[in-house]
Amino acid sequence: MGENDANITFFKDGLRLDDRRADELRPLKIEVGVLARADGSCYIEMGGNKVIAAVYGPREVHPRHLQEVTRAIVRYRYNMASFSVEERKRPGPDRRSYELSKVSREALEPVILTSYFPRSVIDVFVEVLQADAGTRTAGINAASVALADAGIPMKNMISSCAAGKVDGQLVLDPMKEEDNYGEADMPIAMTPDGQITLLQMDGHMTPEELKTALAMAMGGCRQVYEVQRKALIDKYNQMEPEIITDQEQPQEAEVL
Amino acid sequence: MDRKVVIPGDLLSEEAKRSGEGTFVKDGKVYSLLYGLANFKDKINVIPLAGKYVPSSGDSVIGIVKDVTFSNWIIDVNSPYDGLLHVSEYPRRVESDEMSKILRIGASIMTRVKDVDSTMKVELTLNDRKLGVLKTGRVIEISHTRVPRLIGKGGSMISMLKRELNCNIFVGQNGRIWINGSADDMDLALKTILLIEKEAHTSGLTDRVIDYLKQEKRARS
Repeated sequence: MGENDANITFFKDGLRLDDRRADELRPLKIEVGVLARADGSCYIEMGGNKVIAAVYGPREVHPRHLQEVTRAIVRYRYNMASFSVEERKRPGPDRRSYELSKVSREALEPVILTSYFPRSVIDVFVEVLQADAGTRTAGINAASVALADAGIPMKNMISSCAAGKVDGQLVLDPMKEEDNYGEADMPIAMTPDGQITLLQMDGHMTPEELKTALAMAMGGCRQVYEVQRKALIDKYNQMEPEIITDQEQPQEAEVL
Repeated sequence: MDRKVVIPGDLLSEEAKRSGEGTFVKDGKVYSLLYGLANFKDKINVIPLAGKYVPSSGDSVIGIVKDVTFSNWIIDVNSPYDGLLHVSEYPRRVESDEMSKILRIGASIMTRVKDVDSTMKVELTLNDRKLGVLKTGRVIEISHTRVPRLIGKGGSMISMLKRELNCNIFVGQNGRIWINGSADDMDLALKTILLIEKEAHTSGLTDRVIDYLKQEKRARS
């Protein structure tokens, strides 16, 4: 987090490096049910981030000693592919991925009704295929959709988004350059009714800036929620055309 | 009937008393717990589109023997929780050393959930004339969420299938289905059931399945 070491001009005519306004999200694309093997899955693109999430369970807990008698445990594995960043990332878990797994799990756990499935586990796997700042938020968004797709009872969806500070100005959903050379980055996760389940920050912000940034990030989360919701609803509406053709087939057969 | 695809957290009603299955009440309002189809009747029920089968007392299920222990058969019931079939729940007296002769690993049984406790210990029974070991026919698996649709309102779909397909069909609550009939009939039954599974969320399904069967039968003759 240097003070703009790279001497990049972050704003031009009030627009950012990728022609976004300060309070604009990167393009967002969500696909539901992309993996046949998993109980629930989701693929998400948030700007340059490409992340896939798979949910398995509730299923039997192995190793057995982790099992809880009264509720399901949730395991969340955040992992970056070695090819997801410019310089090859050494494969396997590291300090950073342990931390992100923990905070992401804690962001999702409050909405999952774990008491419905005692002595079981809900496994969430999040694989980052391409990273471009804000992979944890993309991972949480994908995991939330994948959990819904797996038919797991939840009190609400979770949407996640970051706000940051670059060149003294607050921005929504920082991209790689803004994250690397900016002054602060603050990812949050929340339910659509505004209950925050994740709030992290690195860098520096004044208390006033933090309040504004929080409001910005919350606005971003609401936009993400609408895309998540649409992706889930469309999965079943898309199937309608198939049904119409099936209805027409018998009539054709009678003509023959 | 008013139906709609909903996602977790969707507001379904302002009246707390309309809360049905798959919903929860917060501050006197009804919200969805699941991603599924909401049925707006007197009560609002949300039927999931996916999810695992959780055994509950009284369910008829099809199980597969997973292991044999001193006095129990461990039965896989297509769920996160294994079923336990105690020797005393077998219709006749069985000695411990002949247990694996009577039900060996891999055997399929039509069984009933006798009891489930709060730690999810699932006790099964074979003590009923309707229950027993499956020695002929085939067992197929669909998502348990599609079972109500396969049975139909008051058994309309399943009785139609039995009639049209000349097969004996038993649908377990856990999504396992036993079919018994001639090889050709079973092939068609399998295709039909998979079609029903795929289109379970659509309306007018029974009529469409009847048409599908007519078409398939014509193609065969």
